[in-house]
Amino acid sequence: MGTAPTPAAPSRAGMKKELPERFKSYKHVWVFIEYEHGEIHPVSLELLGEGRKLANKLGVELAGVLLGGNRAALQEAAVQVWEHDADLVYICADPVLEHYRNEPYTKVMTDLVNTYQPEIFLLGATVLGRDLAGAVATTLLTGLTADCTELAIDDEGSLAATRPTFGGSLLCTIHTLNFRPQMATIRPRVMAMPPSAPGKKGRIIEHAAGLHEIDIITKVLRFIPDRDSNKAQLAYADIVVAGGMGLRSPENLQLVRALASVLGGEWGGSRPLVQKGWMDADRQIGQTGKTIRPKVYIAAGISGAIQHRVGVEGADTIIAINTDRNAPIFDFAHFAVVGNAIEILPALTDAFRKRLSVNRLAG
Amino acid sequence: MHIVVCIKQVPDSAQIRVHPVTNTIMRQGVPTIINPYDLFALEEALRLRDRLGGTVTVLTMGPPMAEDSLRKALGIGADRGVLLTDRFFAGSDTLATSFALSQAILKIGETWGVPEVVFTGKQTIDGDTAQVGPGIARRLGLQQLTYVSAISEVDLAGKSITVSRRAEGGVQELKTALPALITMLEGSNEVRRGSIGDVLRGARAELVTWNAAAAGITEMGNCGLRGSPTVVKRVFAPKARATKAVPIETRERDAETIAEDIIAQLYATQPALEAELLRTAAGY
Repeated sequence: MGTAPTPAAPSRAGMKKELPERFKSYKHVWVFIEYEHGEIHPVSLELLGEGRKLANKLGVELAGVLLGGNRAALQEAAVQVWEHDADLVYICADPVLEHYRNEPYTKVMTDLVNTYQPEIFLLGATVLGRDLAGAVATTLLTGLTADCTELAIDDEGSLAATRPTFGGSLLCTIHTLNFRPQMATIRPRVMAMPPSAPGKKGRIIEHAAGLHEIDIITKVLRFIPDRDSNKAQLAYADIVVAGGMGLRSPENLQLVRALASVLGGEWGGSRPLVQKGWMDADRQIGQTGKTIRPKVYIAAGISGAIQHRVGVEGADTIIAINTDRNAPIFDFAHFAVVGNAIEILPALTDAFRKRLSVNRLAG
Repeated sequence: MHIVVCIKQVPDSAQIRVHPVTNTIMRQGVPTIINPYDLFALEEALRLRDRLGGTVTVLTMGPPMAEDSLRKALGIGADRGVLLTDRFFAGSDTLATSFALSQAILKIGETWGVPEVVFTGKQTIDGDTAQVGPGIARRLGLQQLTYVSAISEVDLAGKSITVSRRAEGGVQELKTALPALITMLEGSNEVRRGSIGDVLRGARAELVTWNAAAAGITEMGNCGLRGSPTVVKRVFAPKARATKAVPIETRERDAETIAEDIIAQLYATQPALEAELLRTAAGY
């Protein structure tokens, strides 16, 4: 506490906070609003919820940053950003920004930061957000903390960004003491979706990008949408059923899919299944795969390694089925079923199917 | 064609243990491996070389023992290994790492020809940041192509490259100019096993070892802890859940009874769930 100079030199030079004069005017919390194919990515709204808490703690404003090709569409999207509690929205509309490309997006974001000087800048840890954040932070020569699971403001007003390290065995809290903005990415579904306030209004600041297509070296030749669009739904599903090595063979993943289908949910698996080639990496649940926050998560034959735990802890109810009563998954599950998933999954599927169809006919 | 592949030697995460009292990583006895994501980058580089001719230089920054990973990469088929090692690099975050690597790539370019493509893996398994690839691209002014799943065309005369790149909700086909930095998506190729000749050559090869000065680095303030804007303030173990899992009796019960019990307990915990499931099942 206090402003008296610390007499002893800290053991690590970077540990001491000595914010250079040029950064002292940096204020406000920004969230990059990922806007593609006419839609805002839900992670951006989740980050507005976190950004609001940080802005309140600091007593500053919360702003969203919207980039895209069509000015009218961005103005419409800005309404949704206000309704998620942003005070203002920076809009940069330019035909060059129609489809995401690193070069023009990095240029515009860097210009915006240098012009309007935010102290905190949050982005979703999506493929787009990670591609952009790394380039922007390097251009600005500031700190960037990836895949944070918790954000807070410390006593000195610095961003304390906590993230898992070493596969989730430990957590570490990272600060960017002497550079601005303090940048962080957060994965989809790590933070809860905040409520929206329909009708809430804010301000818009338009920024002219001054881009010319002829200057942009990378060209988008084609965009091929994913055929299996459900894969993208996994992170946002209300019901998720997943399998692990306890299923013993890739064929038994069918038991997981069948239960998910009866419940109208999504399915996935633990990391070893990807490593064994039993399923696509897109369906992996855990720290290096998808983070989920379903209402119900059924983990069948998953031991619950720490890296898996990190990805599922946000679930309202976790039901774990495992033959090994000492499996770590029982340390964080809500219901522990010590038994064979290969037998219990089909029984569960049948029981749900009966209940859901009989009642439907009756109703 | 000259291709540089950046790799990192990492502890095999499957075997990492945390000391229960001190909360520190117990590195002793943990085997090290080439970051698995980097192998897809190496394979793609070797394929380009095999198709178009040229050489593949593998670069790593780390302690002297990281030469093991370079030898492994040579054993898979790379032509040259460069180890960037200096105590001034200790404590580097991603910004300082991208500085040191980009300087070494410039030096590699001066020494053996400017690379047309620099590869990295998608991310590492120990840091998981995916920031060093973009960092190198920005520092060297290379076209940045992350999460690349396929390289469809390389035109060395016209200095252009066409790739497929994983994007949100689909795949982007991008065409850009060389030189470019590519971070390779996992599973996009099958990593080869080196020939016996390559493995023997890797084991015996003379590696190039550079400290900061040898790599031409003069701005030491950009390296290691001094060059790292981020600071790790605290390391701690995740909290255990306060309440224990509720056991569902399975002994001497058939699967049907267990299933009914699970459903009953679930509905009791989430009273609104049954109605929601019914709505979903009815197609509302």
